[in-house]
Amino acid sequence: MISRRDFLQVSMAASAMVGASGFGNWARLAAQQALTQDQLLEFDTFGNVSLIHVTDIHAQLKPIYFREPEINIGVGDNKGEVPHVTGADFRKMYGIEDGSPSHYALTYNDFSSLAKEYGRVGGLDRVATVINSIRAARPDALLLDGGDTWHGSYTCYQTAGQDMVNVMNALKPDAMTFHWEFTLGQDRVREIVEGLPFAALGQNIFDAEWDEPAEDFKPYEFFERGGVKIAVIGQAFPYMPIANPGWMFPDYSFGIRDEHMQQMVDEVREQGAELVVCLSHNGFDVDKKMAGVVTGIDVILSGHTHDALPEPALVGDTIIIASGSNGKFVSRVDLDVRDGRMMGFRHKLIPIFSDVIEPDAEVAALIDEQRAPYQAELDEVIGQTDSLLYRRGNFNGSWDDLICDALLSERDAEIAMSPGVRWGPSLIPGDDITRDDIWNVTSMTYGKAYRSEMTGEFIKVILEDVADNIFNPDPYYQQGGDMVRIGGMGYSIDISKPQGERISDMTLLSTGEPIDPARNYVVAGWASVNEGTEGPQIWDVVESHIRKLGTVSLEPNTSVKVSGT
Amino acid sequence: MQFTRRETMALGAAAAAVTVLPMPAMASAVDDMINEFTGGADVAEGGVDLDAPEIAENGNTVPIEVGADGAEAIMVLAAGNPTPGVATFTFGALAGVHRAKTRIRLAGTQDVIAVAKMADGSFARVSKTVKVTIGGCGG
Repeated sequence: MISRRDFLQVSMAASAMVGASGFGNWARLAAQQALTQDQLLEFDTFGNVSLIHVTDIHAQLKPIYFREPEINIGVGDNKGEVPHVTGADFRKMYGIEDGSPSHYALTYNDFSSLAKEYGRVGGLDRVATVINSIRAARPDALLLDGGDTWHGSYTCYQTAGQDMVNVMNALKPDAMTFHWEFTLGQDRVREIVEGLPFAALGQNIFDAEWDEPAEDFKPYEFFERGGVKIAVIGQAFPYMPIANPGWMFPDYSFGIRDEHMQQMVDEVREQGAELVVCLSHNGFDVDKKMAGVVTGIDVILSGHTHDALPEPALVGDTIIIASGSNGKFVSRVDLDVRDGRMMGFRHKLIPIFSDVIEPDAEVAALIDEQRAPYQAELDEVIGQTDSLLYRRGNFNGSWDDLICDALLSERDAEIAMSPGVRWGPSLIPGDDITRDDIWNVTSMTYGKAYRSEMTGEFIKVILEDVADNIFNPDPYYQQGGDMVRIGGMGYSIDISKPQGERISDMTLLSTGEPIDPARNYVVAGWASVNEGTEGPQIWDVVESHIRKLGTVSLEPNTSVKVSGT
Repeated sequence: MQFTRRETMALGAAAAAVTVLPMPAMASAVDDMINEFTGGADVAEGGVDLDAPEIAENGNTVPIEVGADGAEAIMVLAAGNPTPGVATFTFGALAGVHRAKTRIRLAGTQDVIAVAKMADGSFARVSKTVKVTIGGCGG
C-alpha cells in the first residue's frame, strides 16, 4: 500500500527548504522556497491504470486566485472529519509546513500575502501540461471530468458553454458527468451532448415523465486500459431541480438513487469489470455515505463540494478522491488492478501553480481564441479592491458581502440575499476589479436581481430551510451549498438544532431592531429558482455599485453568530 | 391490484386547504390506520422495500415505489399529510410481482410509511423521511 509520504511530495519537498517554522512570516518563508514544475509533476508511476480527475472548473479558463474556506463545519458523523477541517488544523493533520506551497494551496490563512508570493493558480493551459505529462508516463490514462464545467464566466455565458466545450475537447476527456451544465437549458445540453466526443454519464439522470433512465445519458461506459476492463459510472448532482431552476430542464429527474447505483455496479461486474470507478457530483459527505451503502465501487472521484484533499478518504474498500475546484488542482490516481480487483493505489493532488507550470501552447492559443471576441468587455476595469474578495465559507464571504451591499443600495432594499454557491475565484488587495472578475462570481442563466416584500416569518423559513440543506446530520439530505448570505440583517444559528429551531436573534442591522415576524421587509436578491423572475442582471447591479465606490473596502462581517459546532 | 386513486386525489384537495395539524393528532391518526390494517397485530421493522427520494423534486408529485415479496397487501401512509392515507395495494394469488409504483403529494417534509401484510398473516413496516424544501442554493 501507499505510504503517507507519497501523498505529500509537494509539501515535503518544499518544506525541506524552510529552516524555522515561521508563524507570521509566511510570505517571507514562501519567497525562500523554489518550486519547480518537475516537483509538482514528480510521481513514480504505479500499477497498470492511471486516472486523471478534474472537476468543478466553473469555466475558469485562465489562472485565478482561489481562497479555500475558513469555516466549513461538519455535522453528524462528519463532525471534525475532512473536508470539515480548515486552516492550521488542516495543515497539522497533513503535516503541511506554515508558509509552504501546500499551505497556500490548501488553507486560507495569510492568503493575500501568500498569493502575492506564489501567484495565481489554475488555467486550463497549465492543466493541459499536467495532463500531457501524466499521459507521457501512462499514454492510456483515463481523463474524467466531474462536471460544473460549462458554467461560471462571461465567455461561458455569452457562448452558452461553447468556449468550455471547445477547450475541454482539446484536453480529450474520456467521460463527464453534470450539474450546472443543465442551467444552460435542456435543449442546449442535449445539443452539446449529442456532439461530445466522449461519454456523457449519469446513472441518476432519469426521464421525469416515466421515471426511467434518460436515453440521452448513459449510466456507465467501459474502457480497456492497461489490460484492465474498467467501468466508469456517472453520478450527476442529485438535487438539480431543487437547488437550481427545474423549469429549465423539465424533462429530467435526478436524486441519489443509490439502489440504482448498486444495480449498475452489479451489472458492470457481471459484464466483467475489474475496476469500478464512480465519477460523482454528489458532494463529499454524500459520496462517503454512498460508499458505505453501495458495495463494489473501487474509486469515487468526488465533485460538487469543491474540497481539495491531499489524501484519499477510505470507506471500506472504496477510496474517495476530492480534487478541488476552479482548475486549481488535478488529481492523479495510479492503481494496481490484478486478478479482477484493486490491489493498491498511489495518489497525488497536484496544485496548478500557474507561474510554475508551463502553459501548453496549443491550449493557451485555443483559450485566447475563445476570449478574443469579448476581450475589450472582459478587460474593462470597473474599480479596485483594498480588501481580499473571496466567497468560500459556510456563512459569508467578502464577495457576497459586496454583492449584498450592491443589492441593498442599487435596489433600495432593507435586506439582501445572495445564494450560498461555492464557485467564484478570489481577488487580493490591490487588484483591479474587471468585468471578467465580476462575472466570475455572478455569471448564471438565472441571475436576475429581484426586489420583493417578505414577512419576517418567511425570511426565517428561508433561513431554516437552507440551513437544513447544509446542517442536516444525514448527508443524503444535504445539497452541498453554503448558507444563503444575508445583507442588512444579522442572526444567530445553532447548527446542532433541528430544522425550525436553528435560527434566532434576527436583527435588522440598520435600526438594531429585532425582525418582526408579521412585518413586511423589502428584500433584494438574485438567483431565484422561480420562473419569470424580474429585475436587472446581478452583474450589472454589482458593476454599477463598484463604479460608484471606485475602490472597494470592506469591514469584516460579524453579523452571523454561530453555535452548536 | 387495487389502487385507490380517489383517496390520493382527495388527499391532494385536503392538502391545499389544511397545512398544519397538531402532531399528537397526526400520530394517532396514523396509528389508528395501521391498527385497523393489522388488526392490532405486531408489526416487524423492515422487510418492506420503500423507494422514495430523500428530497422531493416537487412535493406535489413525488414518485414512490413499494414492494415486499409474497405480500398480500401493502398500505402506504404519508404521516404528515392532513389525510395520511395514500393507497393500499392488494396482490392476488396469481400476482407475478408484489411491487407497486405511484406518485403522491406531500404537504411538507414528513415520513412516508409502508406496511405490508404477508401471506402468513404477519406484518412488516418501513418508513422513510422525504424532505420537501423551497431549495435554491446549490453549490
